[in-house]
Amino acid sequence: MGKYIIRRLLQMIPVIIGVTFIIYVAVFALGDPTVGRCGERPCPEGYIAKFRADYNLDKPLIVQYLLYMGNLVQGDLGTNFFGNKVVDELAARWPTTLKLGTMAVIIESVIGITAGVLAGVRRGKFIDSLVTVSTLLLISIPIFVIGSFAQLIFGVRLGWFPVTATQGTTYQLILPAFVLASASVAYIARLMRANLAENLRADYVRTAKAKGLTNRRTIGVHTLRNSLIPVITFIGIDIGALMGGAVVTERIFNINGIGNFLYRSIGQKDGTSVVGTIVCLVLIYLLVNLLVDILYGFLDPRISHD
Amino acid sequence: MTDTRDSGLDTESVVPVTTDAGGGLEAPLSAPAKGEKARSLGTDAWDELRRRPMFWISAALILFFGLMAAFPQLFTSTDPTVADLSKAREAPSADAWFGRDGQGYDVYARTIYGARASILVGVFATLFVAVIGSLVGIIAGYRAGWADSVLSRIAEIFLGIPLLLGGILFLYIFPNDPLTTPFLVQVAKVALVLAILGWPTIMRLMRSSVMQVKPNDYVQAARALGASPTRIIGAHILPNSMASVIVVSTINLGAYIAIEATLSYLGIGLQPPAISWGIQISEASGIGMIRAAPHMLVFPSIALSLTVLAFIMLGDVVRDALDPRLR
Repeated sequence: MGKYIIRRLLQMIPVIIGVTFIIYVAVFALGDPTVGRCGERPCPEGYIAKFRADYNLDKPLIVQYLLYMGNLVQGDLGTNFFGNKVVDELAARWPTTLKLGTMAVIIESVIGITAGVLAGVRRGKFIDSLVTVSTLLLISIPIFVIGSFAQLIFGVRLGWFPVTATQGTTYQLILPAFVLASASVAYIARLMRANLAENLRADYVRTAKAKGLTNRRTIGVHTLRNSLIPVITFIGIDIGALMGGAVVTERIFNINGIGNFLYRSIGQKDGTSVVGTIVCLVLIYLLVNLLVDILYGFLDPRISHD
Repeated sequence: MTDTRDSGLDTESVVPVTTDAGGGLEAPLSAPAKGEKARSLGTDAWDELRRRPMFWISAALILFFGLMAAFPQLFTSTDPTVADLSKAREAPSADAWFGRDGQGYDVYARTIYGARASILVGVFATLFVAVIGSLVGIIAGYRAGWADSVLSRIAEIFLGIPLLLGGILFLYIFPNDPLTTPFLVQVAKVALVLAILGWPTIMRLMRSSVMQVKPNDYVQAARALGASPTRIIGAHILPNSMASVIVVSTINLGAYIAIEATLSYLGIGLQPPAISWGIQISEASGIGMIRAAPHMLVFPSIALSLTVLAFIMLGDVVRDALDPRLR
């Protein structure tokens, strides 16, 4: 187990270095980091020269990158053109986004797994077709369409939920969390259904049945646990999609979280905030996946013993 | 990272790679009965597809939206760039079937003309991904050794960037200028960004199928007979891996259309005056607009969702037809 964790950690290092390097090169070497820093006009010469010196852009690329990483490790994501530190902006907003994300993960796990189990157990029956068709529809409708319609129907027309979630209270976040979870619910249901159906054909299930165990016990104890393992990995991967989805959901419901901050920074052409936020989110994504991978080793001993 | 993340959408198993040269997935163990022709993977899959109503529905939808993208004039004679501000936000009527938007444009005409952007981005992104991914995957799988290690690590790095976040970042840095960038360049830019972030899915698929096929006797025999790597890849490896690449590409096409619309919705993908469903929906959202003119939201949303649905459904159906384990 220890070996497995160390191997995972070591494998993670080149990925983190690679991802930050690509982003750095794209932003600071290929792109123009002064875009939009002076409003709609191009920046004056003197400003560009000072900016390049301040951000070490006159040094060789590898030195620039190392200096940038040094700042990153110390939690410095830069100062945006309102004079605020990007880290502070994110720190003020992350509790709301974390809450929204957690609610979405709970919703997608509960509904997705339940639907997937029902469909997988009654394969070929009505409930199976219902789950298959409705998940297909959910996957096909982009999240900003689902969000806009949910706001129109449940917020504006029916009035069941607040139309916007400006304060970010749990009650206000229920509808946005369902929207954010919608596509993932469908993926989890399909994944669960496929895993369950495959595991139900496994030899150990036949053995369990031959021993005379009830159907409930065969599925509940033997099959379900095995089928859940890939779902947990999926939830880890899904954090990336949830982060993207949060940008859209927070925009629609005007939630004061990291996603809405990113959206507004795009509109204001606030490059430091856009890049800083995305670097931060990508790093969180990689770390969450590292944790999920390690957890996977605990859940499925076959993985860590190879 | 684990391998289950191979495709954003494809959470179920991907088509298995056949290990026999002829490619018959359901190669009968006994000799075929008299008068019955030997069945290939293609005929088998086609027979299965023909019986599925889902296949015909998705094919019809794709044809419909494809026609819409190629010849929008067939569907409407209204110019989508002509606005009548005095009729802004008018509800659907005989004059404008889907009503008018905030600038007084005809929503029906713009929904028709919006198909082109979505389909083009989807097709280009999928093509780029398939070409880059297949090439890199074949090199990694065929060369193995250190080339494989290096290419696989690079793929892992790109998989570490979530698609939408990466799309936002790259398009922010290389923005589409609304007035000076021609439509096709905007489309190509969005497609290229999606391809840069998306190629590892196909690369992993190709790599694993090459590695699965390569040690087979018939490949070794071909090599012993002096076949060049190009010939071995073209004649023996590609036909075996095409099925899964096609399935995943079809499903991805739907996903790329959705991502393009999302990026345009966030104001960072295609830029007005370009006409696209994402831009239309973006203009229609916001609480004021939703209250005053819900028709602006409804029609482009339906068109967009149906297009995405058609491709995902087609991919699903084709995969089921090619994968006998699910029958």
